[in-house]
Amino acid sequence: MASETTAGPMPATMGEARGFLGYSRAQLVALVILVAALIVGPYFLYPVFLMKLLCFALFASAFNLLIGYVGLLSFGHAAYFGMGGYIAGYTAKAYGFTPEVAVIAGAAVAGIQGWIFGWIAIRRQGIYFAMITLALAQMVYFFCVQAPFTGGEDGIQAIPRGRLFGLIDLGPDMSMYWFVAAVFLAGFVMIHRVIHSPYGQVLKAIRENEPRATSLGYRTDDYKLVAFILSATIAGVAGGVKSLVFGIATLTDVHWAMSGEVVLMTLVGGLGTVFGPMVGAAVIVTMQNYLAEMGAWVTVIQGGIFVAVVLAFRRGLVGEIAHLLKVKL
Amino acid sequence: MSETSRRSVLAAGAAFAALPLSHARAQAANTIRIALLCDFSGTYRDVTGPNELACVRQAAAEFSNRGFNIEVVYADNQNRADVGSNITRTWIDRDGVDCIVDGGASSVALAVNEVVREKNKVFLNSSSATSDLTGRFCSPNLVHWTYDTYMLAKSTGGATVRAGGDSWYFITADYAFGHALERDTATFVRAAGGRVLGQARTPFPGTSDFSSFLVQAQASRAKVIGLANAGSDTINCIKQASEFGLARRGIKLASLLMFMPDVHSLGLEQTQGLICTETFYWDLNDRTRAFTRRVAGQLQSNVPLCMNHAGGYASVIHYLKAVADMGVARAKENGAEVVARMKAMPCDDDCFGPGSIRQDGRKLHPAYLFEVKAPSESHGRYDYYKLLQTTAGDEGFRPMAEGNCPLVRS
Repeated sequence: MASETTAGPMPATMGEARGFLGYSRAQLVALVILVAALIVGPYFLYPVFLMKLLCFALFASAFNLLIGYVGLLSFGHAAYFGMGGYIAGYTAKAYGFTPEVAVIAGAAVAGIQGWIFGWIAIRRQGIYFAMITLALAQMVYFFCVQAPFTGGEDGIQAIPRGRLFGLIDLGPDMSMYWFVAAVFLAGFVMIHRVIHSPYGQVLKAIRENEPRATSLGYRTDDYKLVAFILSATIAGVAGGVKSLVFGIATLTDVHWAMSGEVVLMTLVGGLGTVFGPMVGAAVIVTMQNYLAEMGAWVTVIQGGIFVAVVLAFRRGLVGEIAHLLKVKL
Repeated sequence: MSETSRRSVLAAGAAFAALPLSHARAQAANTIRIALLCDFSGTYRDVTGPNELACVRQAAAEFSNRGFNIEVVYADNQNRADVGSNITRTWIDRDGVDCIVDGGASSVALAVNEVVREKNKVFLNSSSATSDLTGRFCSPNLVHWTYDTYMLAKSTGGATVRAGGDSWYFITADYAFGHALERDTATFVRAAGGRVLGQARTPFPGTSDFSSFLVQAQASRAKVIGLANAGSDTINCIKQASEFGLARRGIKLASLLMFMPDVHSLGLEQTQGLICTETFYWDLNDRTRAFTRRVAGQLQSNVPLCMNHAGGYASVIHYLKAVADMGVARAKENGAEVVARMKAMPCDDDCFGPGSIRQDGRKLHPAYLFEVKAPSESHGRYDYYKLLQTTAGDEGFRPMAEGNCPLVRS
C-alpha cells in the first residue's frame, strides 16, 4: 500500500519545487486554508468540539508519522496518548502545574515510555511489531486500572485548565481554543519538518526497503527508534492537551479501542499524507459527536464508512483528492 | 472499484450528511429542555437506555398542562467520559438544555457533574453507582437519586445477615471499585454480627472463568458468597455458580450490583435464590403497579423496569414540580436555585413514595433486599422478586458527616 501512495523518496524531493519550509505549492495552499480554518472556525463551530477535533488530529498525525513514513504499524498508541493525558492532568491538578508545563510533563513521560517500548518493539517487523506494541499498551492499561493516581475506573476529574505561563486564564473556551490551535499547529509543522528533513528521507528509505537502507550504511534501528520516540511524544502532547480541554483523564484514552480508532482515522484520511490524518480525525470525531443521538448506530455507521473507504477509496480521502489533482498533500 | 460505484458512495454520503439539517430547533423562553444522557448501545443499555427515555418522557407528559413546554432530547454516552462531557457542554452551550438526566457510568457522571456545576444547570443522576457524587465531588447543582455503592453495601451486607446469612466469602474484582464494594460490605456484615471467612480477588478486566474462585468460596463453608463485581463479571459468576449447583447446596449468592433486566436476561433457572438490593420493584405496591401500567406501552418489549428507569422518572417529576413552583424564567437562569428548591420541597412520587433530598444532594428513600424467585414460584410476566428486608431511607444511606461533602461543611 505504501508504494502505491507515494513515489520513492528521491523523486518526491526532486520532482517538485520546494518553497517555504519545504512545502510544495499544493501543500502551501492547503496549509493556508488550514490556518484560515483554524482562525475563523471557532466563530462558526462550537469551540470545544473543535478543540477535541484538533487533539485527535494531532494524535492521528503523530501515529501517521510512524505508519505513513516509516511503515511501522503501532497498535498501542493509546498508551502514549492516555499516559500523556494522565500525567498532564495529574500534575495540573495535584501540583498546580501551569498548562504548558503540565503538557510538557505529559509529553516527556509519553516520550520516555515510547523510548522503552520502541526499544523493545523495533526489533521485530510487521505483525510481530504490532503485537508487541499492543501487548505493551495493554500493560499500561492494566497499570492505569490499578495505579492510585489515575483514579481507576473514575479517572482524574475536575482537572483545572489553569493559567498559561501563569498569566493568561484558559478557563474561557475561546482562550483555551487559541492555546490548543497553537499547540496543534506547532506539532503539525514539526511533523512536516521531520518528514521533509534528510532524516525523514532516510525514514522513507527504510520504509521502502530496509535491507537496502542498512546496506547503504544507515543504522536503521536507531532511525526507527527516534521516529518512535517522536511519535509517542507528540501523541503525549495531544493527550495532555485533551485532558486539559475536558478537565478529565480516563481509561478510555488508554484502552486498546483508542489505538484502533487512531488507525481508523489515519486510514480514512489517507495513510502517508500530511493532511490525511487530520481529515480522518475530523470525520470520525464529527460522527461521534453529531450522531450520538442515534445510539448503537454510531459504531455501525463508523464500520460502514471504514468499509466504504477501504473498498472505494484505498488512498483515503486526502489521498484520493491528491491523486485526482496530481499533487502531494 | 469503478467510478460509478464511487460516485454512488459519494451521493449516499452527501444525502446522509444533509439529514441532520432537516430538523429545525424551536426557540422559546417558555420551554424547559431536559436531556437524557446514558448508554444506548453498550453494556448498560438495558438498565438505562430506551426504558429510561420512556420514563423521562412519561414524566414530561404528566407535566404537559402546567403552562410551559417541555422538550426531551437524549444521546448515547458510549460509556466514555469525554464523549459524555462533550455532549453535555454542547447541549448547554448551544441547545439551551436546562437539565441533564442520569449521566450513566460513574466516570461519565463525574465528568458531567463538573460541567453542569461550571454552567450552573441541573444534574439529576439516576444510574451511577459512585457515592463520591454526594461525597468528595458533591455539587449544589446535583441530585443523586436512585442508589449508591454505600447503600448497596449496607442493605445487601447488613440486611442479609439479619435475614440469616451470617458467614460471608467475597469474590472481588481486583480494582478500586471492587475493593471499595468488598470493604464496605464486609464492614456492614461484621457490624450486623456476621463473619467474613475470606475473599478471592479476580483479575480485572478479562476474567471469564470463575470456577476456581467458586471452589475456594465453597470450601470456606460460607453461607453467602458476595459478588463484589459488576457487569459481565457478575453474570459469569452467576452462570458458573449455577452450573456448580451452589444454590442446591444451600449457598446463597449475594450480588452487590444487580438489576431486574440482568435477572431477566439470565433467567430464573440460573438466578434463583440470588440476593440483591434495589430501591424500586414494579410489583412492590399499588403505586408502583400503577406507574408500571402507565409506562408499559412505551417500554422496550423484552426489558423489565428497574430502579434506574424509575429514578429517571421520579427525579424529573420532582424537578418539574420545583420548576413549576419557581417559574420557568428563574429556573432556566439558575440551576443551583432549582436544586435548592428541590431540596426544600418534600418528595413524593409513585415509584419511591415519600422521601426527601439531603443538603449534599442525596435523595433518601427505602432500600429493599430481594431474593430472586425460583421458576416454580414465579406467576406471570416479570414476577421475579420476593422482598426479604426493608432498610428505611435515613438508615440506608451514608450519614452526611461521613461523606466529606464540601457543601455540608460550609
